[in-house]
Amino acid sequence: MYAQMVKSTGKGLIARDEMTAEDRTFQDRIDAGEKIEPKDYMPDGYRRNLIRQIGQHAHSEIVGQLPEGNWITRAPTLERKANLLAKVQDEAGHGLYLYCAAETLGVSRDELFKMLHSGEMKYSSIFNYPTLTWADMGAVGWLVDGAAIMNQVPLQRTSYGPYARAMVRICKEESFHQRQGFHIMMAMVNGTADQKRMAQDALNRFWYPALMMFGPSDKDSVHSAQSMAWKIKMNTNDELRQKFVGETVPQAQYLGLTIPDENLKWNDDTGHYDFTEPDWDEFFHVISGSGPCNTDRLNARRKAWDDGAWVREAMMAHAEKKAQRRVAAE
Amino acid sequence: MSKEWPLWEVFIRGQHGMSHRHVGSLHAVDAEHAIKNARDVYTRRNEGVSIWVVMAKDIAASSPSDKGPLYEPARDKVYRHPTFYDIPEDVGKM
Amino acid sequence: MNHLFEFLLRQGDNVLVLGHRTSEWCGVAPALEEDIALANTALDLIGQTQLWLGYAAEVEGAGRSANDLAYQRDVYDFRNLLMLEVPNDDFGRTLMRQFLFDAFQVPWLTALLQSDDQQVADIAAKSLKEALYHLDRSSETVIMLGDGTEHSNARMQAALNYLFPYAGEMFADDATDIAMDDSGVAPLPSAMRAAWTQTVEKVLGEACLTLPDTAFAHSGGRTGFRHTEHLGHMLATMQTLQRSYPGATW
Repeated sequence: MYAQMVKSTGKGLIARDEMTAEDRTFQDRIDAGEKIEPKDYMPDGYRRNLIRQIGQHAHSEIVGQLPEGNWITRAPTLERKANLLAKVQDEAGHGLYLYCAAETLGVSRDELFKMLHSGEMKYSSIFNYPTLTWADMGAVGWLVDGAAIMNQVPLQRTSYGPYARAMVRICKEESFHQRQGFHIMMAMVNGTADQKRMAQDALNRFWYPALMMFGPSDKDSVHSAQSMAWKIKMNTNDELRQKFVGETVPQAQYLGLTIPDENLKWNDDTGHYDFTEPDWDEFFHVISGSGPCNTDRLNARRKAWDDGAWVREAMMAHAEKKAQRRVAAE
Repeated sequence: MSKEWPLWEVFIRGQHGMSHRHVGSLHAVDAEHAIKNARDVYTRRNEGVSIWVVMAKDIAASSPSDKGPLYEPARDKVYRHPTFYDIPEDVGKM
Repeated sequence: MNHLFEFLLRQGDNVLVLGHRTSEWCGVAPALEEDIALANTALDLIGQTQLWLGYAAEVEGAGRSANDLAYQRDVYDFRNLLMLEVPNDDFGRTLMRQFLFDAFQVPWLTALLQSDDQQVADIAAKSLKEALYHLDRSSETVIMLGDGTEHSNARMQAALNYLFPYAGEMFADDATDIAMDDSGVAPLPSAMRAAWTQTVEKVLGEACLTLPDTAFAHSGGRTGFRHTEHLGHMLATMQTLQRSYPGATW
């Protein structure tokens, strides 16, 4: 998902008899449903995995501001502009909560930014796709936020306290995001022929990238098992993807839009939809930097950071001067 | 690289007279800036009427290894909880 | 000329144009906290736009809505201050502009609370609460950046020098202003100059910045006579969907 390519630093699931006594106690606490807090003992692998996962999640939020931010200045009405701006602002907020959660693990926000800017840390593949028409604001809200919510709701129960608490806040705020997108889609499909075309076109372009958000198939995710044992991953990629398809297909039908998959059909035996897997080669290309927008997105983030350096520096300098003056006056 | 803005913990008291509650953290250059940022970050949905900020490094916290000694003594003082006292139902609501 | 309509367009276009410029920062501000704060300001201004332009449309009585006014007028029909339409440039200029405008809006909206037009008074009451916070935040930021580093001081001075010649337009009374004053809807903008100057001198003093020694003032925005070249580009962006797909509902 927002942390779809987190590679576990360990070598897969660590067996109980290979654990130190401390690690066994730690695992027992997790199994008992206790939350791990910042100053508690935690295995190094747990800490490093969490930093990567929360960091990647945070990066996804702030890089995710860009494709939607692309349309704030072109939103078609004052109401739509306010809704979209509020939504993209929430994403900045979610990034902020998550960076703060990561900071409790001993890494600073600036360090995390540095790793994002250098390409050392990733963000979700979905944000490397362009937003070309207003219908994309609908499709992103409906599909991308829909997929995100599906992943984030279970993460409210994740074992790391600060992460779980950030997710609670995020899920609460995010409840309007998907509806905002679906609402845009409804206006489009009930609109002119051009608008309907735009809506279908947006679904065509975002369907498979949305499916990719859940990460590669479980059989290719060798590190899932350890993350699930640590409860920093709550469901398998395939479970969530299947659930997403199941919820989204009727919504598309309601909109009168066609999901771009000829093989999509209900399977009575499994009780699920059969569907075509996304192109995983494309996914790996996008993740490794060759998606349609990777370069532009990273450059935009780096530019914002560099352009803002004088501001951050000056404000800090001012606070220091003010503190000195206060001391001098006392 | 310039110096990073310090981390602050934010506590907000909502509309209903409850105590200030920890809501999260943020970065700011000083206390005034932190309060303004808290207003913008943590009260976007009308959540609060009063904001406290404390620099994260100034918070003194109990250490996890003290957990036993600090909290376990309270655990057997079950008489502090209303359900400890069995009152017959016909006494009515108490 | 319908002076009340004209007056309401000026109020609405100011916040529409500034709200739009402010929204351009979303996702690219110097820090996450500032990004979120700027979006709050932009959201306040968009909300105020809906109120002012909604009332303007009602007064006009031509069946147009706030959205029609925002999205279907061309440059020569806009009535905002020139200062608000020039590009953001850097964060410093954006905040300096916000400050110069807030320092006007606070006494202005305060005065409008006494308007004989109840709707004007109501919109002012709602907007004033927001403007007070905007002024608080923009003054503090201008002070931090002015009295920050040598480099930031130079940038803020440059921003002030660029914007200052646009500030005088706020106080240039014309026939519409006189008509509003006569009918008890609003005082003359020139009456705000003293309060504005006091705020500006105080804050810029603390910010270690020097007020440019010039009385020159650009004009043409609030009368609509002559905007800058920038407004057309802003409208081309803002109005693209409404213009490309006439009659569509979004």
